[in-house]
Amino acid sequence: MAEDVIKAVGLTKVFNKNLVAVDHINFSVKDGEIFGFLGPNGAGKTTTINMLTTILKPTEGQASILGYDIVKQADQVRSVIGVVPQEYTADEDLTGYENIMLCADLYGIPRDVSKKRAAELLELVELTQFKDKKVETYSGGMRRRLELACGLVNRPKVLFLDEPTLGLDVQTRAATWNYIRLLKEEYGMTLFMTTHYLEEADSLCDRIAIIDHGKIVISGRPGDLKKNLGGDVITLTIKENDDVTEVIKSVEKVKEVRRENGSYRVKAELGRVTTPLIIDALRSRGYTVTKLSLTEPTLNDVYLEYTGRSMRDAEESPEAIRSFRMMMRRIRT
Amino acid sequence: MNEYRPSKLHGTWALTVRELKKWLKDPIILFMTIIQPVLWMSLLGKAMNISAIFSTSNLPSALAEQIMKRTFGTGDYFSFMAIGMISFTVMFTTMFSGMSIVWDRRLGFLNKVLSTPVSRGAIIFSKVLNSSFRAMFQATLILIIAVLLGLQFGPTFNPLNILGVYAAVFLLSVGLSSLFLALALRSTRQETQMAVVNLINLPLMFASNVFFPASMMPNWLQAIANVNPVSYLTDALRQLTVLEMNLPALMFDFLYLGAFAAVFASIGLMLSWRYLSK
Repeated sequence: MAEDVIKAVGLTKVFNKNLVAVDHINFSVKDGEIFGFLGPNGAGKTTTINMLTTILKPTEGQASILGYDIVKQADQVRSVIGVVPQEYTADEDLTGYENIMLCADLYGIPRDVSKKRAAELLELVELTQFKDKKVETYSGGMRRRLELACGLVNRPKVLFLDEPTLGLDVQTRAATWNYIRLLKEEYGMTLFMTTHYLEEADSLCDRIAIIDHGKIVISGRPGDLKKNLGGDVITLTIKENDDVTEVIKSVEKVKEVRRENGSYRVKAELGRVTTPLIIDALRSRGYTVTKLSLTEPTLNDVYLEYTGRSMRDAEESPEAIRSFRMMMRRIRT
Repeated sequence: MNEYRPSKLHGTWALTVRELKKWLKDPIILFMTIIQPVLWMSLLGKAMNISAIFSTSNLPSALAEQIMKRTFGTGDYFSFMAIGMISFTVMFTTMFSGMSIVWDRRLGFLNKVLSTPVSRGAIIFSKVLNSSFRAMFQATLILIIAVLLGLQFGPTFNPLNILGVYAAVFLLSVGLSSLFLALALRSTRQETQMAVVNLINLPLMFASNVFFPASMMPNWLQAIANVNPVSYLTDALRQLTVLEMNLPALMFDFLYLGAFAAVFASIGLMLSWRYLSK
């Protein structure tokens, strides 16, 4: 089955009549896919998720989840989706178990069923031991896992994850992703996620869309997008002073050779295969390669190519996020 | 398709239980909600000892008694005041329902709830119910403590009247918390909400018969007090406890409170459908 689980056509959201947050975007997500929405803060990722999860009404355009219209059939949409929001939304004054049960109640799941599911989910995210502790005592990673459990209590067909690893340290991020993969296997869901960690998107997503200023600038498989950039970059230096540009160019799959300050910058497809061939070609003509490096393009290069700036420039530091959270907590107490 | 559909009752109840749990689990908040009305009642009720004005003057005590009775309906200002304190508490408890929805919005909890199939009305109604329960709980405490501090029941008092007290408190709580919730639906800042609540609450309190009978006020203030639902709650409560019951007047109080609750609950519900999702 490869029909469109999520389909957006000309989806647009304008705030206050002049701030265009999402600008006529079109995309579709197939059954069982992990679809990643990439972009800097303020690009329109969360607004898109909020529209798809029926929290915001689109200004223009349409979208459907499993064929249900997000505006006209909002209730049906709500019952087939799970949402793991960007913020920690679990109630701090309640225990982990109570939070899951509350979510279950909101979906109208009968108590005997929800009790079983809560126990199962707590086990899955390894919070059984802490289920009767108030959420305010949980660490960031534990809270994320609790959010995941809450988002899964209605056995959703489609799970929306908004920046699921924002503000977590590298280890916890990796652990969180392991859970998400595990849960996806377990429940066979379609995943729609937003992130601004490019490495994560690269390793996890089947397909991605890069969104910038409310528009999708490019979408496709991460591998294809990288390949389309024109291949890998090989940099090498030889001992001799001769110009070997033509020798390198004669190797199959080499696309471009430039000589810069005594070293050669070679653009080639399938760098890992082409590099040994280049070395062989040079050696057979009596040249010695002294230095060599191979760089495969990353999603950041893709991002750079299509938005004209590096993702990292737009990224928010973890410190800033943490201090924001601290501030919120202070206001509260 | 999910096999379960949330009933309106189920969702409302789940959200109400959440609020009540939050309240019961936080010992400081629970303590404050108990201690606040007690403090106010003992301080205001006992400090403003109006009966003492007469007993220290040279007026014959029978005359003093008569003046007190004509003004307050009872010879004991503390009894008059203690019951007024119930209305006061209802006002200050219900105003937090508006604050709590602003909080839920800020923390993202509201968005999470909005993404579930729970009825939009349940979100509002659970907060209304929660603050009504709190207000009823506090009313109980105030009554108990007032009795301990020497509240004198009126000649027509009957223990069954307490049910009427709960009904009246419930009606005003529903009306007022719906009003504060409606005002807070789109708000994202507690500061704004705080300002709005203060602007409404203080006039509501003083332009009513909580501290003093409206009949003694200047005409313009009396006009306000006579449409102020807080006056009707206070009057109903006093008739049920410390005053002699006047059945037609009591019926009218309940009618007024019922209409107030119905109108504002409907407005709140309507606005929640329209404004909870943008």
